[in-house]
Amino acid sequence: MTIVEAASAPEAPASVRAGVFRHVLGQPQAIVGLAVVSVFALVALLEPVLISGDPKEKVAAVFQAPSSAHLLGTDGGGADMLKLLAAGAQISLLVGFAAAVVSALIGGSFGLLAGFFGGKTDIVLMRITDYVLVIPDVPLMVVAAALFGRSITNIILIIGIIYWTTTARLIRAQVKSVRERVYVRRARALGAGNWRLIGKHVLPQVAPLLIANTVLLVAYAIFAEMFITFLGLGDPSLISWGRLIENAFTDDAVLNNAWWAIVPPGVCVMLVVLGSTLLGQAMEDTLNPRLRVGHLSVRRFRIRPVPRTEP
Amino acid sequence: MRAPLLDVSDLHVWFDLGGRGEVHAVRGIDFSVDEGERFGLVGESGCGKTTAILALMGLLPPNASVAGQVLLAGENVLARGEDSAAPHRWSEIAMVFQGAMNAFNPVRTIGEQIVEPMELHDVAEGRVAVLRARELLEVVGIPADRAARYPHEFSGGMRQRAAIAMALACNPKILLADEPTTALDVMVQAQILELLTALANDFGLALVLVTHDLPVVAQVCERAAVMYAGVIAELGPVDELYHDPRHPYTRLLFAATPDLYGDDEVVSIPGAPPRLDREPIGCPFAPRCDRAFAPCPTVTPRMLEVGTHHLAACHLNERVVEAVS
Amino acid sequence: MIAETSSSGTPLLEVEDLVVRYPVARGLVGTLQRRPKLQVHAVEGVSFTLRRGEMLALVGESGCGKTTTAQTVLRMLEPDRGTIRYRGQDISRLSSRRLRPLRRQIQIIYQDPYESLDPRFRVRSAVEEPLVIHRLGSREERRKEVAEALRLAGLDPPDLYLERYPHELSGGQRQRVAIAASLVLHPDVLVADEPVSMLDVSVRAGVLGILSELRAQGLGILMITHDLSTAARFADRIAVMYLGRIVEEGPAQHVVNNPQHPYTRALLSVVPKRDPRERTTPQILRGETPNPVRVPQGCRFHPRCPWMIEDCKSVDPALRRPAAATSPDHRAACIRV
Repeated sequence: MTIVEAASAPEAPASVRAGVFRHVLGQPQAIVGLAVVSVFALVALLEPVLISGDPKEKVAAVFQAPSSAHLLGTDGGGADMLKLLAAGAQISLLVGFAAAVVSALIGGSFGLLAGFFGGKTDIVLMRITDYVLVIPDVPLMVVAAALFGRSITNIILIIGIIYWTTTARLIRAQVKSVRERVYVRRARALGAGNWRLIGKHVLPQVAPLLIANTVLLVAYAIFAEMFITFLGLGDPSLISWGRLIENAFTDDAVLNNAWWAIVPPGVCVMLVVLGSTLLGQAMEDTLNPRLRVGHLSVRRFRIRPVPRTEP
Repeated sequence: MRAPLLDVSDLHVWFDLGGRGEVHAVRGIDFSVDEGERFGLVGESGCGKTTAILALMGLLPPNASVAGQVLLAGENVLARGEDSAAPHRWSEIAMVFQGAMNAFNPVRTIGEQIVEPMELHDVAEGRVAVLRARELLEVVGIPADRAARYPHEFSGGMRQRAAIAMALACNPKILLADEPTTALDVMVQAQILELLTALANDFGLALVLVTHDLPVVAQVCERAAVMYAGVIAELGPVDELYHDPRHPYTRLLFAATPDLYGDDEVVSIPGAPPRLDREPIGCPFAPRCDRAFAPCPTVTPRMLEVGTHHLAACHLNERVVEAVS
Repeated sequence: MIAETSSSGTPLLEVEDLVVRYPVARGLVGTLQRRPKLQVHAVEGVSFTLRRGEMLALVGESGCGKTTTAQTVLRMLEPDRGTIRYRGQDISRLSSRRLRPLRRQIQIIYQDPYESLDPRFRVRSAVEEPLVIHRLGSREERRKEVAEALRLAGLDPPDLYLERYPHELSGGQRQRVAIAASLVLHPDVLVADEPVSMLDVSVRAGVLGILSELRAQGLGILMITHDLSTAARFADRIAVMYLGRIVEEGPAQHVVNNPQHPYTRALLSVVPKRDPRERTTPQILRGETPNPVRVPQGCRFHPRCPWMIEDCKSVDPALRRPAAATSPDHRAACIRV
């Protein structure tokens, strides 16, 4: 339609489908985020190929400083830190992504149902959401981990069950607006059932936002996994970054001046959290209408010479 | 001859699409408006009419670039970009935006919002500003005591009047109104158009009315420019535009507009306007024109004087001129 | 398009004494103060008929009840009183289950073609959706129906449009897709809610032409519009609404050229004309459209009426044939005509 509209509002809803990913990847922070997360994901996936043998195996003296043989030195058990980090990446990312997916499933369903059906359903579901939202995260995680045992599945579920509330609220708001769109009302007037409306018209419209939100949740989940494990409530048989930090503390790495046993896992957590936050935020900026602030920017246009008209 | 109040020459506006090329939305337009004159800028969506007047205000987004000259009482508003546009904005040239009636802050009174531009531009302050706001409300036909009310207590028509009062806050010489009556009912539309006409007549305010609605321009304006694909197709007194159109687009646009008592067939114009992300070759209207001939698809028509203060950019006029000379 | 011909005696739609009211939210303070419960008198006793091959325009300003009337006819709103008969059958009290087959017969076209199509649906799926919802036809049959509906809506050849997304189409083309999606179920009543007000002037006539064509083929079209010029040029009959009532009704040309009700006269006088030489003094009514919560006593137009006499404050006029009417079907609700 109008070219001018297209120029001043490049995120017109109609072109969202085609433009989202191009637009997301047009933002430098998204590329950085995606690159960081991809590198770690690659390491986690290729860990069995990259690393031979048990990473916990003692290969050198305890707390050996970084050297050409062991680039990041060894930990309190004499195991190679680099190998441990790679192994940790696998568990930390697995927990992070799986917990984020659990959150997205719960939050997405709550938001979708509350927003779409409204009325009593909305009140009940959002009241539940509010209760979960006000429970302090950390004590709940500690109690839950202590009660239900320290398996990795439990950790994933616990983190997932705690972080879904913001997703539910975000999706509910979006669904409420999509539900009132004319094309949804038209399909309803034609006699389309609720599940058709949700599946065909509403969910596809909110799915990109849900995905963006899930990417953001990965950051929270990895962080949560780190401190649960650091508190000694993680799965004792598995190596994760949180576990490496916990081990470093229990083995008195600080007293031994072995910074290489603590800093690298911390840096890894920080990088992944930063990466997925950057990527998730770039996606959300593109998709969440409430975050669009382009119209608030200072208007400064440019001046150029008048083009010469051909004779 | 005195110089006109507003003189626009060879105005261009481009929008950078961030890696996807650019759109040449306004492609060199010329027009002028005198004191107290009511001038219409008509065209369909995407023809560049809104972009053109936003350029006059210096209110374009950062991805825009502008060329040409906008003389406001002899001074070029566009000479130094924002720096030269800002001093004129509101104080000499003001605008009622499209949908302005829905753009009030809901938690502040109408009076406070009319005072705001006065304080920002050091026109008036404190009690003086408040009194002036009340006076302005009276001018636009709202009882002064309503200044203390909130936007939601106003109807759509009243909010549009308040938006006009807000535009008048700094005593401008030119009022640009972008589709001021589009979302309003006919009766309220008539009231607003009556008000705008009165402002031009009584206060010597120059009015530039931007709209897609030809009959509104026909009833309110003295002269008008018909825009198509970023250029002016025809410019002249509204009476001649209707009775003696010299561009097929003007004629077809009138023919596509139903009239209450007209008995001619209402016909649509086939096709769609060209895309402006590449420079059109020849006359931009040629593919939809019912009288296109040999030069139209390849040669860009010149703006020719076809009558007193009547200009049109169409090859058909060229032939007439040649035939006469 | 139309499968069977109804006997010319039974109109497609007969609406009789329709009343629709909404409660006004009082808010917490209002409830605590025990303010009286107020109602919006959206539609107050509207009657009209729509026949095969006829286009009836419901004209009026916002808040006059024209859209509420249309939505009630479609049973998207519940009437408080009155009957809606479709081909002689009262549908105003049907349960939503028994209404389902009727939903195929009465279709609606919305105002905004940018909002009424799902941006993620190709033209093919958008037009096919009603058939899928009603589980009609095999895949092959549905393909044919979709192509046929697009052709009827003026998108010819259909193959050019089937695989496109809405954002690849112009406003006029989108509205045609929306029309095709309504036609695919072979309805016999079409409700068009401001079908061209969002479109560019140059393409409006095309879309209205399609509606005229469909009417000529036997559809009954109820057009909701605020644009009297469009109604005058395309509709067969015009019903002018004011504050929930029809105040004047009759053949389009008679209503436009020989208006009887003072409201119609005022409304016609403010419609801008194309010809700058026809700058007649518009008869501008002061004030805003009054509030449908507090409807004036007597004639509901009397507070704004330039012809008001003392009786108007007490007598609520019914529609009847005015003395100066030039058509037997022309009716107005005013005691002075």
